[in-house]
Amino acid sequence: MSQATPEISHKALAITDITPPRRETLASVQPAVRPRWQTVLAIPIGASIALSIHFGIPKGEPVPDSNYYPIVLCIALGFGVLAAALYPFSMGVRKWMRQMCPILGMATLGLGVWELITSCLALLPLPYFPGPEGVISSLVHDRELIFDSTWHSLLLLLSGYAIGTTIALVTGVIIGWFPHARYWGMPILKIVGPIPATAWIPLAMVVAPSAMFSAVGLVALAVWFPVTMLTASGISNTRTSYLDVAKTLGASPAFLIFRVAIPAAMPNIFIGLFMGLGTSFLTLVVAETVGVKSGLGWYVSWAQGWAEYGKVYGALVVMAAFFSTIITVLFKVRDRVLVWQKGTIKW
Amino acid sequence: MVSDNTELGRDNAASIRIWHVRKRFDSLDGGITPGALALDDVSLTVAAGELVSIVGPSGCGKSTLLRMIAGLMSPTEGEVSLGAEPISEPSAERGLVFQDPNLFPWLTVRRNIESGLVARGVLRQQRAEVDEFMRLVGLEAFANSFPHHLSGGMAQRVSLARALINRPRVLLLDEPLGALDAFTRMRMQDEVLRLWQARGTTMLFVTHDIDEAIYMSDRIVIMTQRPGKIEQIIPVHLERPRDRSSSDFLRLRGDILETLHFAGQPLAGNKN
Repeated sequence: MSQATPEISHKALAITDITPPRRETLASVQPAVRPRWQTVLAIPIGASIALSIHFGIPKGEPVPDSNYYPIVLCIALGFGVLAAALYPFSMGVRKWMRQMCPILGMATLGLGVWELITSCLALLPLPYFPGPEGVISSLVHDRELIFDSTWHSLLLLLSGYAIGTTIALVTGVIIGWFPHARYWGMPILKIVGPIPATAWIPLAMVVAPSAMFSAVGLVALAVWFPVTMLTASGISNTRTSYLDVAKTLGASPAFLIFRVAIPAAMPNIFIGLFMGLGTSFLTLVVAETVGVKSGLGWYVSWAQGWAEYGKVYGALVVMAAFFSTIITVLFKVRDRVLVWQKGTIKW
Repeated sequence: MVSDNTELGRDNAASIRIWHVRKRFDSLDGGITPGALALDDVSLTVAAGELVSIVGPSGCGKSTLLRMIAGLMSPTEGEVSLGAEPISEPSAERGLVFQDPNLFPWLTVRRNIESGLVARGVLRQQRAEVDEFMRLVGLEAFANSFPHHLSGGMAQRVSLARALINRPRVLLLDEPLGALDAFTRMRMQDEVLRLWQARGTTMLFVTHDIDEAIYMSDRIVIMTQRPGKIEQIIPVHLERPRDRSSSDFLRLRGDILETLHFAGQPLAGNKN
C-alpha cells in the first residue's frame, strides 16, 4: 500500500492487496481442553468404574445369562488404554483424544450408571427398563432381523427421499422462477404443504397399489414440501445484480436459471434438504408402523407388542446410528457443494 | 451545448448514440399519477474508442442511463443505439461493471472470468483467452480462490476481466471504484486506463469523483438532478498520463466545480 506509483507491477499489486480471510465463528471455537491425565485416561476410568459396578454389585433383578455387556466394556477399556499408550507418540491421536476422550469417557460411565439403576438396584420396573445386558443381548440375538429391517428402512427412505427431492427441485425452481407459476403454485404450496405427510396415510393406503408404494409416496411427500418451499424462496430471492451481470455477459435464460439462480439458491436448498430429511425420518417410522410390515419402525412396534423392550431399545440404538449416519453424509455433501461459503457461514 | 454527432454515431459500430431519451419510472399507485421523471431529453454520442465520464449528484439518472445502454432498462421516449442498431436487450457486446464487483460467489476467480465464455457457449474454443485475461489483471496466483478471499480491489479487477473477456464493443462502468480506498482507487484508475488503451474499447464511466473524471476521461458529461439532464460536456485536452496536481488539472477542476455550483447543486452531495 505504501507505493502508489502507476508503474508498480501488477503482480506485486496482487500480492500486496490480498487480505487473508480470518473469520472466527462461535462454532470454530472449541473448549480449551488441557492435556491433563484425566483427559488421557477418561475412557479407561469410565470403563473400569462400569466394570466394577457390573462385577462388584449383586444384581437385584433377573438378567440374561449372556456376557456381552462386560465384553463391550472390556473392548472400551482396551481401546482407551491403547489410545492412552499412543498419546505421547502421535499428534493425530493427541488431537483426537483431546476432542473425544471426555465425551466418550462420560458415555462409558453412563453405561455403568444405567446398569446400576436398572439391573443392580432395580429402581426401574421390568420389562420396560432392561439393563445394558438385556439390550445388547437382544441386539445380538435378533441381529438378522434387525439387519434386514435396517436394510428395508434404508431402501424405503432413499427411494422416497430421492423421488421427493427430485420433484421438489423441479417444482421449487419453477415456482421460484416464473411469476405465473408462483401466483398459482404458492397458494397450493402454502395450504397443502404444511399438512403433515402422515396425515395422508388413510388416503395413501386407499390410492396406492401396495403398502410399499404408499410408504415411498408418503416419505416423498414429506420431503417435497420443505425442499420446494426453500428452493422456491432461494430462487426468487436471487440477487438481481447477479442476473443483470449474467445478462450483460450474454447469458441465455437457461444460463440464468441453471448457472446463476440455482447456485445462488444452493444454501437455501440445503436447508430444505435437511428439514426434509428430518420429516422423512418421522414419516418413515410412522409409515412402517402402520403400513409396510418391515423396517425399523415396524420392528420397534412389533417388539413392543411382545413386551420385548430390550429389542425396542436395541432398535432405537440402531435407528440413532442409522439416521445420524445419513445426516452426516448430507453434511459432507453440503460441505463439498457449498465449499465456496467456507468461512462465511457455518451451521 | 449538447454535442450530438449523428454522422459519427451511424458510422461506427462501437459508438453509442443516445437520442432525446426520456425515462419516467412507474409510479407506485399503478399509473394513476405519473412516476418520477429520471431523465429528461438526454442526447449524447460517444465515439468509438472514446472514454467519457458522467459526473453529477446522486439521483441525476447516471446509472439509469448506463442501464439503458446495457439494455437492462428501456427508455420511455427516445432511442439508444450502438452503431446502427437500436438497443433493446442486454448483450455481451455491452459489458457492465458495477460498484459492487458482483462476482458469482460460488465460482472461483478463474470460473468467474470464464463465465462470459460459458454464457456464449464458446468456452471450448476460447479457453486460452482465460489465461490471457487473468494475466491482464494480474490474478494468476488466485485462479482457484473463491471471491470471499479477495480484497475489494482484487475483486473489482476480476469483475473487469470478466466483463472484458467477451471483448465487448462498449464497456459501461457504474462507479466501479467508488467502494475502494483512496490508494487502491488511484491504482485502479491506472489499471482501467491501461486496459482501455490496450483494448481500444469504448468506455462510459459514471463517477462521483471529479478528480477521477478529469484524470481518466476524454470528455466529462456533467448532469443535473430531478429530472436528470445534461448540463454541460467538457472536453479534457490534457496529455496522458495526467498529473493530478498540475495547474491545468486544477484549473479544469475549478471550472467543473463552478459549473456544478452555478447549476445550484450542493457540492457536499457530490463527493462521498
